[in-house]
Amino acid sequence: MNFIKYLLVGFFFGIVLTKAEAVSWYRIYEMFQFQSFHMYGIIMTAIATGLIGLQIIKRKKLKDIDGKPIYIQDKEKGNARYWIGGILFGLGWAMVGACPGPIFILLGSGFLSVVLILFGAILGTFLYGVFKDRLPH
Amino acid sequence: MNLLTHTWHWSVAGFLIAVVMLLLNYFGKVFGMSSNLRSLCAMTGVGKKVPFFDWDWKSQRWNLVVVVGAMIGGYVAVHFLSDVSNVNINPKTIQQLSAMGIDAPNGKLLPDTLFGNQIFESPKMIVILLIGGLLIGFGSRYAGGCTSGHAIAGMSNLQLPSLKAVIGFFIGGLIMSHYILPLLF
Repeated sequence: MNFIKYLLVGFFFGIVLTKAEAVSWYRIYEMFQFQSFHMYGIIMTAIATGLIGLQIIKRKKLKDIDGKPIYIQDKEKGNARYWIGGILFGLGWAMVGACPGPIFILLGSGFLSVVLILFGAILGTFLYGVFKDRLPH
Repeated sequence: MNLLTHTWHWSVAGFLIAVVMLLLNYFGKVFGMSSNLRSLCAMTGVGKKVPFFDWDWKSQRWNLVVVVGAMIGGYVAVHFLSDVSNVNINPKTIQQLSAMGIDAPNGKLLPDTLFGNQIFESPKMIVILLIGGLLIGFGSRYAGGCTSGHAIAGMSNLQLPSLKAVIGFFIGGLIMSHYILPLLF
């Protein structure tokens, strides 16, 4: 029963991303061509809202559903991993117009060809795991 | 009903995405979709050979449930909450795409040129989708997150590493969109 809330949040997330067309290859292409404000508006509104929400959580020391303090870990310090990893991710994102969330959402929507992207993404994740210790972070 | 079937305004969508992140924080979790790819790898038992996947993926099962929910949400949105007015992109973009031989949206989320089922007969398209996925999987794990984990969750938590990653996302995206896609199509 504990899992139902996650299923519902995911369901909501899938509808929002689809109706916002953030899962659309066209919208990602349009964004990188600077021909629409739509995607920038989505990302900036999400960051602004999240920022306010997280500040409220921190300042009021809000508790989570189990009564424990909400604590969000800081990202590890580093340079190479964020720049190189980020650029590689961006190349893929603009190429097939989908990031990990939308890959799953599009598959659920019935776009069979997206299974190739998922397969590539799992393979890419696996290759990172194999070469992790030999890469600069 | 129009309110639901039309394209949702960016401000509504952005706000609701943040609500998803904050809800997960309230459940004691963090927002991040790409870590599910690591779970999918770990589930196969490959952790016996590759230490990176020797982790407790079962503690991340909640996130896989989010993914299942998102897949159902996508199905419902595409099949019951869509209309022909959707994906109304800039006419200039449509013109540019048509010059590259990529079909216009006309309400569709994805171009048939890249995603129609005929692509399974085109080695070139199969390779493009596989390599795109490979870059996404490798890059997001290397950078420790994707659009959800860095662009939304990290940036709204004022994380400098996330800013670096997001600038990287855009450098890569701009190179692909402006210099590599035109060579491919």
